[in-house]
Parts: sequence; structure tokens; C-alpha cells
Amino acid sequence: MMRLRVLQFAVFAGLILLWHVVTKPGLIPAFYFEQDNRAAFFFGEPVKVFWVIIEWFTSFEIFQHLGVTLLETMLGFVIGSVGGLAIGLWLALSNTASAVMEPYIKGFNSMPRVVLAPIFAVWFGLGIWSKVALGVTLVFFVVFFNVYQGVREVSPTLLANARMLGASRRQLLRSIYLPSAMSWVFASLHNAVGLAFVGAVVGEYLGSSQGVGYLILQAEGTFDINTVFAGIIVLTAFALVLDALVGVIERRLMTWQPKASETEKV
Amino acid sequence: MTTNAPALAFDDITCRFAGRDGGAAYTAVANATLKVEVGEFVSVVGPTGCGKSTLLNVAAGLLAPSSGTISVFGDRLVAANGVNRRAGYMFQADALMPWRAGIDNVVAGLEFRGVPRPQAVRQGEEWLRRVGLAGFGDRYPHQMSGGMRKRLALAQTLILSPDILLMDEPFSALDVQTRQLMENELLALWAEDRKSVLFITHDLEEAIALSDRVVVLSAGPGTRPIGDFRIDLPRPRDVSEIRMTPAFLDLHREIWAAMKEEVLKAYQAQKVA
Repeated sequence: MMRLRVLQFAVFAGLILLWHVVTKPGLIPAFYFEQDNRAAFFFGEPVKVFWVIIEWFTSFEIFQHLGVTLLETMLGFVIGSVGGLAIGLWLALSNTASAVMEPYIKGFNSMPRVVLAPIFAVWFGLGIWSKVALGVTLVFFVVFFNVYQGVREVSPTLLANARMLGASRRQLLRSIYLPSAMSWVFASLHNAVGLAFVGAVVGEYLGSSQGVGYLILQAEGTFDINTVFAGIIVLTAFALVLDALVGVIERRLMTWQPKASETEKV
Repeated sequence: MTTNAPALAFDDITCRFAGRDGGAAYTAVANATLKVEVGEFVSVVGPTGCGKSTLLNVAAGLLAPSSGTISVFGDRLVAANGVNRRAGYMFQADALMPWRAGIDNVVAGLEFRGVPRPQAVRQGEEWLRRVGLAGFGDRYPHQMSGGMRKRLALAQTLILSPDILLMDEPFSALDVQTRQLMENELLALWAEDRKSVLFITHDLEEAIALSDRVVVLSAGPGTRPIGDFRIDLPRPRDVSEIRMTPAFLDLHREIWAAMKEEVLKAYQAQKVA
């Protein structure tokens, strides 16, 4: 385990070192660009990126923007997954409804939904809600399809058994359909977190006054590539944190699932 | 209604399944008539794939027959009105809820009926003890062996004390030793209050060892009972010892003679298919 961590860190350090070596002006002779400061212009410099991040956090400037982006992400994620869960359950349990809605669901899913961003900006303004709306449209379908699939694949024996034990329709939903769909839902939530982030940041690119996407957009306008990279790294770090949170909740709720191996080396 | 009506009565039941993708319809069960008296342990044996489970699903109210009627203690059972509330069903496949620990699986039926949790748990613990799983209540099904899971399923069904017990090859997935232990346990539990049992199996020895009566089904399609044998072996029985007695062997020979032809027919049909 320890060894694995060391190797993982070595890959990270190696990449940063490579980045540093090829971009630092004057360190090695220019081999692609005509001048040796061009690489830094296009790819940034890790040391400078690092200082931008430090500066953001020590001046507390980042927290307002990060807060906004995270809020948009969380709202998009929660509304999208709850909606996906509810509609997924409904359509999976009602044959008529699913037959009627099928072409629309397929259509919405095939549509590149990021193109809705300008419309949402018009509808919901340049505040957080246009970003949340974009996040919701992205998250919803991932969760929806997984729930739909999960409910459709519930073991018929399990259902028959619960019915024989006297479960009503409601109780079937609570004791059989929901728990059985949950393992599918959690598989999709890891994807959904990433998509909620995409929704928030893309929304911020297209028009906003705060958020990490806004910071990146501003920096791009002045060709400040170091700040762009700093923004990307901060976003990635927080996406990983959110993903880990989903993982923690998953492990707490899904204790019943068998692990790959129940025995552990001591 | 009437006090001496049989626990289960199949009257001229036919089950025809529509062919998949426009294929020919398949008649699983044809004109089957069969009775299970109150307190009687009846086994149904037949070659593989002959529609034994179909018959059981009809009795459970999970499946509506194409024609014919089924009565439960004299009352007609209509599948559209819900399942047979007086019956407990033990499935061939694993039917435990994998997300519920042992005790929560056992009390599921009580929970569905609205029994308060403390009372349900008390009864559940008692049943875990009776099936030899005391102290395993907090284990999840995947942490249990096949035999333990079957015991759990047995407790889950019996805790509701159903008047009729429907069992679909419940022990077929177990190894021989575990299976004989489970059969003895089933007999001991059954002897306590003599429910009516309809037990499906393809194992003639198991059928004779457990039952008051053995019904032989014909090979599918169009399965129907073709033989009915009374098993007057003394009770209580020990399933591993009774297999050695001359009376058992005589019954086995007699019933097997009736069954053999059907088994061969089923085998031929499968070979052709």
C-alpha cells in the first residue's frame, strides 16, 4: 500500500519535473519554438502556477470563486441525481409511461446538451442558476439511465419472494426496487460528479461574474496561461475531493455488498 | 368455507405460454388435477423441465392458469387479486435480499404486515435459533454458506406460519450431506404443526423420504399427474436411515417404474432439441 503511494507520487513528481524542464526559459536550449521563452508562454511554468495557487489561497481571493463553483456543482449534482432517481423509478415501473416517453428520452440524451447553455443563460440569468440548470441536464441522464436499468434488472425471484411474504406495491418499491437500483445509482454518481463540474464551469465560461471558470476565462483574456493552469489544477483537486465524498457515502450505504475478497492479509 | 376442503385443489389446470417472437405456443401443464389435503406432505416428482415450477407458481397465485381453477381451503384463488396469502413459498434460486442482514431478512414478512419492530425481532431471533442460525443474524447473505442461506430462507418463510408451504426444489443446490441435514430439519419443523406442504423435486429418494404422498408427472410439454403413490412409512423419519429400509426400496422401485418412461421421454426430447 505504502509502496503504491510512493509510486503514484513518483509519477506525479516526474510529470511536474518534465513540465518544468521543458518550459523553464534558458534551462535547456529551445528545440521546437524559435525562442526559449515561447514554451513557457504556451504551456505555463509549474513553479509560477504553484505560486498563483498559493497567492489565491493566502489572499482568500479564491474562496469566493471556489465557493460559487462548488455550490453550482453541488446543486446541479443533487437536483440532477434526485430527479434522475425519481423519474427513472417512475418510468421503469410504469410500462405505459416509459413507452410514451422513450423517443423523447432518447432524443434528449443524444442531444449535445452543452448547447443549451446560452438558452439557460437567457432563462435563468447570469447568476448561479443557469450553471445549475446545465449541470442538472448533464447529471440527470446519467443517473436516470442507471436507475432505469437497475430497476428493470431486479431479480424476478426476489420480487416474487417479497410478494409472497406479503409486500404491498409501496413496500416492494422501498424494500426491493430502491435498494436494488442503488448499486447502479452509485456506479453512476461518480460520473455524475464530474459532469456537474462540467456544467458549472462551462456555464461560467459563457457568462458570469464569479466562479473558477470565470477566473480562468479572465486569465485567458490576458494570455496568462499560468493562471489558467492554476484554475484547472484547483478544479481537478476539488473534483477529486467530491468524488471521494461520494465514495465514502457509497461505502457507508452499501456495506452489504461483498468485497472482492473478504480475507485480508495481516 | 367448508372445514374439510383440501388445502390446495388444482382442478383441470392448463398453462399455455405464448411463443416468443411469434414462435409456437408452449403448453407447459395440461389438464392437471391434484389435491393436497390439510396437514398432508405431498411431493411432486417429474423429469426436468416438465413444468413442475409452473404448477407451484399457479398455487402461489403468481401465475394465472390459462384454464382451470385452483382452490385454497375451498376458496377459489384468482391470481389477478394478488398472491395466495395463506401460502409460504420457498424458491429454488436464492431469494434473500442481499442488502439485508440475516435477521432483517427473517423479519421481512412481519415488517410487511406491520408488526412492530421489537416484537418482530424477538420472533426473528427465535426462528434463527430454530433453524440453527442463532448469532448469525447480523451477517449478510453473501457472508453465509449455501446451507445457511437455505435455512435463512426457511425461517423467512416459516415465521409467518403459512397454512400451506410451497417448496420448489429448495435443497437442490446443496451438497448431499447438507441436503440430508436440511431435510431432517424440515421434517422436524413440519412435525411441530403439520402444515400442508407441496414439495417439488426431481429427486425421487427425497420425495419418498419426506412425503405422505408422491405424485408423478408426465414429461413435458403438456405435463399432468400420471401416478399417485401413498407413502406409509412410519414417522418420525430420519431421511438418511430410511433410505436403507426394505419398505423404502420397494416404494422406490414401484414409483421409479412409473417414472422411468417419462424421464427417458424427456431425455429424448431434450436430445432432439
